[in-house]
Amino acid sequence: MNAIQIIKNGIVKENPTFVLMLGMCPTLATTTSAINGMSMGLATMAVLICTNVVISCLKSVTPDKVRIPVFIVVIAAFVTILQLVIKAYLPDIDAALGLFIPLIVVNCVILGRAEGFASKQSPIASLFDGIGIGLGFTLGLTLLGICREILGSGSVFGIELWPETYDILLFVLPPGAFITLGFLIAIVNKLRNA
Amino acid sequence: MKKLESSLLNMVLVLTGVAVVMGGILAYVNHLTEGPIAEQKTKALADGIKSVMGVSEITVSKTDTVRQNDAKGKEVTYIIYQTQDAQKHDLGAAVESTTGGFGGDLKVLVGFDPDGKILGYTLLEHAETPGLGAKADKWFQKGEKGDIIGKDPKEPLTVSKDGGQVDAITASTITSRAFLLAVNNAYNAYKTTPATDAQTGASAQHN
Repeated sequence: MNAIQIIKNGIVKENPTFVLMLGMCPTLATTTSAINGMSMGLATMAVLICTNVVISCLKSVTPDKVRIPVFIVVIAAFVTILQLVIKAYLPDIDAALGLFIPLIVVNCVILGRAEGFASKQSPIASLFDGIGIGLGFTLGLTLLGICREILGSGSVFGIELWPETYDILLFVLPPGAFITLGFLIAIVNKLRNA
Repeated sequence: MKKLESSLLNMVLVLTGVAVVMGGILAYVNHLTEGPIAEQKTKALADGIKSVMGVSEITVSKTDTVRQNDAKGKEVTYIIYQTQDAQKHDLGAAVESTTGGFGGDLKVLVGFDPDGKILGYTLLEHAETPGLGAKADKWFQKGEKGDIIGKDPKEPLTVSKDGGQVDAITASTITSRAFLLAVNNAYNAYKTTPATDAQTGASAQHN
């Protein structure tokens, strides 16, 4: 597999949100607006790329029986680094997503890719897998965020489209996340199989 | 390359090695970001104080931490930032006050002029429902539906449902009550704390 194929695989064929359905907890919780969804996707992508490369480098010295603890230590370290960097240099994102960043540690997208891809492939291939899956995840979250923001708050990326009176509040609340996600998965799968 | 065998020694060595290396990296990053994080916190608070006092040139002359019991006998902590302008005139105080909102703690910073009129407010921390209670950051500002700016909470502010004069946020009465309670509490904490400032003698108007 070459780089383009691996990236395309992450975005389309094995899209984490719409096909693999991994990492549903942050997907549902953070997508109340387009910008929140996108920030969460990008944060996850940053961690995923780093952990994929490091875990792939470590694969030959990691005994099989302790591989999961080793993965988790690596993932937790990178998430903490990300959290500190966001707190120090991006206070706005920290205010919106601060609570969810530590949850990236237990995001199954990251552990799933470590176990399913990085621990079997070369570091270069893992790097591209991180980029592909990361972009797929970001795309999924942004799309979900855009739909919920349009329906629930009548705006996209904070730009108001129509007066507040026409907002359907449900879509900003948790049930709206499930409904929107369900419809998006249905549409995406229909398009993929067409 | 062949995988390392899962012997006890290998497992202990690898796991310890990985943990130590990652711990080292974390300590280094923590060291690098410690300064900027502290700066961000101070800056956020300073910006908050400026915005609620409605003045850009401002210094905090005195910081008081007040503990008072609320109506239910629970101890609540208030932080009062007495402020002055460049000419050392008292401008009043920004008061940090916390109450329980609908989704969790609701922490507000309220600015009062020396007479106790509300100059402005900002939400420092909240966990209210997005689209409902979270609207509190704009709802009570000047010119909005629940405008409280310029009011004097000598008579505690209450929502119209409870016989008061402030319109509650649509479908968010609990958040509105919690918010007004935070403002009222902040006012009481401010009024009961003398702004003693011997150097300027400006404390006469407070008692």
